[in-house]
Amino acid sequence: MNDQTTTHRVWRVGADIDTDALAPGAYMKFGIDEIARHCLQRVRPEFASQVQPGDVLVAGPNFGIGSSREQAAAALVRLGVAAVIAPSFNGLYFRNAFNVGLLLLTCEQAGTLAEGERVTLDPVAGRIGRPGGAPDALHCETVPGFLLDMVQAGGLLNLLKQRQTS
Amino acid sequence: MAQPQTLAQKLIAAACGREAVAEGEIVTCAVDLAMFHDSSGPRRLQPMLQELGATLWDPAKVVLVIDHYVPESDDESRRIVRIARDWAAEKQLPNVYDSVGICHVVVPQHGHIRPGMFCVGGDSHSPTGGAFGAYMFGIGSTEMLGVAVTGQIWVKVPKTLMMDWRGRLADGVTAKDMMLHMIGRYGMNGGRYQAVEFCGEAVRALSMQERMTLSNMSAELGSQVGLIAPDETTAAYLRAAGVTAELDLARWQGDADADAEWHDFDAAALAPQVAAPHSPANARAVDEYPDVPLQVAYIGACTGAKLEDLRAAASVLRGRRLADGMQLMVAPASRQDQEQADREGVMQVLRDAGAQVLATSCGACAGYGGSIPDGASVISTTARNFKGRMGSETAQVYLASPYTVAASAVAGRVADPREFLA
Repeated sequence: MNDQTTTHRVWRVGADIDTDALAPGAYMKFGIDEIARHCLQRVRPEFASQVQPGDVLVAGPNFGIGSSREQAAAALVRLGVAAVIAPSFNGLYFRNAFNVGLLLLTCEQAGTLAEGERVTLDPVAGRIGRPGGAPDALHCETVPGFLLDMVQAGGLLNLLKQRQTS
Repeated sequence: MAQPQTLAQKLIAAACGREAVAEGEIVTCAVDLAMFHDSSGPRRLQPMLQELGATLWDPAKVVLVIDHYVPESDDESRRIVRIARDWAAEKQLPNVYDSVGICHVVVPQHGHIRPGMFCVGGDSHSPTGGAFGAYMFGIGSTEMLGVAVTGQIWVKVPKTLMMDWRGRLADGVTAKDMMLHMIGRYGMNGGRYQAVEFCGEAVRALSMQERMTLSNMSAELGSQVGLIAPDETTAAYLRAAGVTAELDLARWQGDADADAEWHDFDAAALAPQVAAPHSPANARAVDEYPDVPLQVAYIGACTGAKLEDLRAAASVLRGRRLADGMQLMVAPASRQDQEQADREGVMQVLRDAGAQVLATSCGACAGYGGSIPDGASVISTTARNFKGRMGSETAQVYLASPYTVAASAVAGRVADPREFLA
């Protein structure tokens, strides 16, 4: 994840992406595979079918407002999204994301990243690299170690399992 | 002498076993109560607990409410509810409320949330518990797994945002209007996941259920909690709910000189508020909606169908009928509230006006248990009007207080309830 050689393709969405857009209520009675198929269909209908593992989602402010349903983060993990980059996140979504193993990077200048651009991620140094020749790397807030541990383990459940066996 | 502390700091300090805590610190707190519901609770927790081979840290501190997928309407909802019931029986959970109302209303009604407690709930409207001077917030299922196994959770000690409401609300203006106004002013992330505390004369004057509406919609303000310092109103409610334990009201007050960010509001000047589709942050005064025709009015949810909400709607609807072509759905927030409303004749007033009474559950609020009609313009007492939230992608949902929703049901368009109360 903080491997500076891996680049990630950017998908852009707007501000105030809510949990109903990420995990529509009508599909909440189903498992994560079905919810993931409808993730962001309201905003970018092609997203769920075309997103590739390792891609990143770049959003406007207030990403993840709404419900406590963690499927709104787990659906992105299921689709292989490596991180969400936004100027601000809903606090409850922020906790849920790390608990299900999704990296969130708070970056004031997220809006300068372009659709299709490739970036590198360094959550420890708080840096989003732009190897494609775009001017400068962007600063983002650093992520505390105990949250990165959850991302690396693939979520709290896996982390608890690892701790049991170690 | 310790640093002056806000109420939020005092609650967190007590839960992590410290004298005082400082803003920005990350501390681990002991959980006094964990609230689960059928959607985010057993059906998600049980497989994870099994995978870990772990057990519940303390079943006596768990309250399970079955409210989202009842009444069951298809195979999936039957399966989800069956998992919850079977799990409750297997774990011999002492506190289970099945199909008697919405968790955020039912749990306080049974006296589970008291001043000084530190609580979590598997639902975003869990800040409702803050109305009782408890530190209560919502978390997702996986984080709840951590609580279920360890009885602990981390928090980053928040800044406190004091929302100080001077004066008194006018007739027909409610806590819901106060919240819509604050969300309109600060936006859905205005709370920045800090602690909001509601105070001032107008807040003191609110009943417990109205205070619960304030704390409930802290979720839409984006704060972690929405606290109200406990007072005699709190104590009287809890006594009536059967709480016999001593309540230390004096202890759970913020220090006057504690560091906080203050925001001032004039309650007397507040007009009824309406939030346009598709965000609670689109709140404006009702007179800014001069000609918005509606087909459906919805009185439901933890936010807007408690006893006091039903009474408010009835005060407008008494002796009146719905406008032609208008549909009014009422899903009372709890059976206890509905029964009291029945005794008071409130439910009859609603029925006489033409309301269709639905089950006491989350209903169409989150589109889990039913839906509003496609293509309709709807005015609702619920908390959220995100596109698609209430089960229809094409509906236009306006949010307002029960007074305003009732007045609009009579008018067939967005209407100012003060014209009906005069």
